[in-house]
Amino acid sequence: MSTSALRRMLTRGAEHAPWSAAARQDTLFLAAGVPLGLPALSVMAFAPTATFGPLVALVLTLVCLDLLTTAQRTRIRRLRGLDVPGRLPVDAGWVARLRAGLTWRQAVYHLLAAPLFAVAGLAVVLAGGAGLAMATVYGWAFLMPHGSALRSGAGWTSTDGLTTAGGLTVLFAIPWLSAWLAGVDERAARALLGPNRTELLERRVEDLAESRAGAVDAADAERRRIERDLHDGAQQRLVSLAMNLGLARRTLSGVQPDAMQVIVEAHVEAQAAIVELRDLVRGLHPVILEDRGLDAALSGIAARAPVPVRLQVDLSTRPSATIEAVAYFIVSEALANVAKHARASRVDLSVEQQADRLRIVITDDGVGGADPATGTGLTGLRKRAASVDGTFAVASPLGGPTTVTVELPCEL
Amino acid sequence: MRAVIAEDSVLLRVGLVKVLEAVGFEVAAAVGDAEALLTAVEQHAPQVVVTDVRMPPGFTDEGVRAALMIRRQWPQTAVLLLSQYVEERYAADLLSGNTSGVGYLLKERVANVDDFVDALQRVAEGGTALDPEVVAQLLLRRHRDPLERLTPRERDVLALMAEGRSNTAVAESLVISDSAVAKHINSIFTKLDLSPADATHRRVLAVLRFLEVG
Repeated sequence: MSTSALRRMLTRGAEHAPWSAAARQDTLFLAAGVPLGLPALSVMAFAPTATFGPLVALVLTLVCLDLLTTAQRTRIRRLRGLDVPGRLPVDAGWVARLRAGLTWRQAVYHLLAAPLFAVAGLAVVLAGGAGLAMATVYGWAFLMPHGSALRSGAGWTSTDGLTTAGGLTVLFAIPWLSAWLAGVDERAARALLGPNRTELLERRVEDLAESRAGAVDAADAERRRIERDLHDGAQQRLVSLAMNLGLARRTLSGVQPDAMQVIVEAHVEAQAAIVELRDLVRGLHPVILEDRGLDAALSGIAARAPVPVRLQVDLSTRPSATIEAVAYFIVSEALANVAKHARASRVDLSVEQQADRLRIVITDDGVGGADPATGTGLTGLRKRAASVDGTFAVASPLGGPTTVTVELPCEL
Repeated sequence: MRAVIAEDSVLLRVGLVKVLEAVGFEVAAAVGDAEALLTAVEQHAPQVVVTDVRMPPGFTDEGVRAALMIRRQWPQTAVLLLSQYVEERYAADLLSGNTSGVGYLLKERVANVDDFVDALQRVAEGGTALDPEVVAQLLLRRHRDPLERLTPRERDVLALMAEGRSNTAVAESLVISDSAVAKHINSIFTKLDLSPADATHRRVLAVLRFLEVG
């Protein structure tokens, strides 16, 4: 045997020596599991009948599931430095809890694994005690009354020597055993007490979907607030200003021509500002959308589109405000794209509700060849649709026609 | 002429009063909500009412509902609706039943005082004034069947007619002669199977009827 191998063996031996910190920790960990596993074991063992016992244990376990799990998690955190993830908040309510896989995995741990490790832990502690007693037999055997089996004849017999050797063997073996048992317990707890990878991912997806919906809603609400502020403030003031200027232009007589010129220019400017502000507000969040819904709002953009639009809207109920806004802006951008690139003479626009989906189809008779990979307009549409988990598809052969199909959920 | 104004924004209300008084209307009352409007109409029996659509308490279509009630109860009173946006339903509701002396303009049009006063006077005299955007939307919904037979120019003429313009105004707007307009109108009436009618608003109403609004 080489020196380095020997050294390695000695090091590992020292790590698991009966007096090492690891041995103390592992044994403590197993010992702490004993009071947590024994109740279930005793209920199963001492209940009146064989089938009744496990049933009672199961019900009790389910009732005390969170308490037991918390205790086990605390034991693992304190003594192993490991944080087992807790129960998912989505499993609220009894029915949901009973349907959750995690509930049953935790029950399996508390009913099967915990009692098993409790027994093992008990055995380790008892074996440790016995080992200590055996190893120190020379220290106390003479205290035993004469004639006792433990006090052999003259004392220094070969039996006592063997007992000492056996005790030492047990004492040195126990740390290895408890390290192994503690490891298995830890793995079982990790696998059974906390959510598994799929559940963690599901939860993450739910969290992300929720936070994204919140962000989309918040952005939408913010746009509406700005729209409202602009409408109640700047827009009204501008209209009032233009009105006064228009009135001055109409009624003032005997004004110097150049002064009148200034009034006229100011009036024209004010009207231009009104139009610009109105277009800006429409781009933010059109009031008509909120007040009168998608159908009315889409009529507006279809009527303003430079290309003739045939509009077909079929909605039995109003989608959520955010979805309405997304649909509105998708149509608005799609029509702008058609006007910019398609060289189309007409557009067919249909919006219909199919179960809980909102289906938007925009077809133009233009030149086609629209590529979602290059067109920034199409990318914008795709992003808008994706922001609410919608789908987006373009069919645009060279020579046309181009069809954009968007499906959105009616509720976010 | 006696007028009543209903507009919840004080700024615009004051402006409207000034404009109406400047062009010779007597503003009997200027109020801020639909209920006060109905009271004022009952009290003052005005020839014309100018009202905002969106007013307290609900800020939805209080003005339209008040306008409909006024047209039912006081058919002699002309009503000009000012709306923040175009909603065909409002126009359709307003144009159904008694059909003379109605107008529907986007609110921002009051900034162009001359055009606004023209429209107001037209309405007060029993004519019609529809915002170009209203007309565009009404055409949008119905540009199938016979309307597809119209030439683009005839469509322009029809749109201006629907706004309530006279032949001369249409001619000016399109920079063509009066006789050319008359020719287009005859052609439109023929294509749409409408018998030519005399009064300006009659033509509008005929057009709107055809558009299935009236």
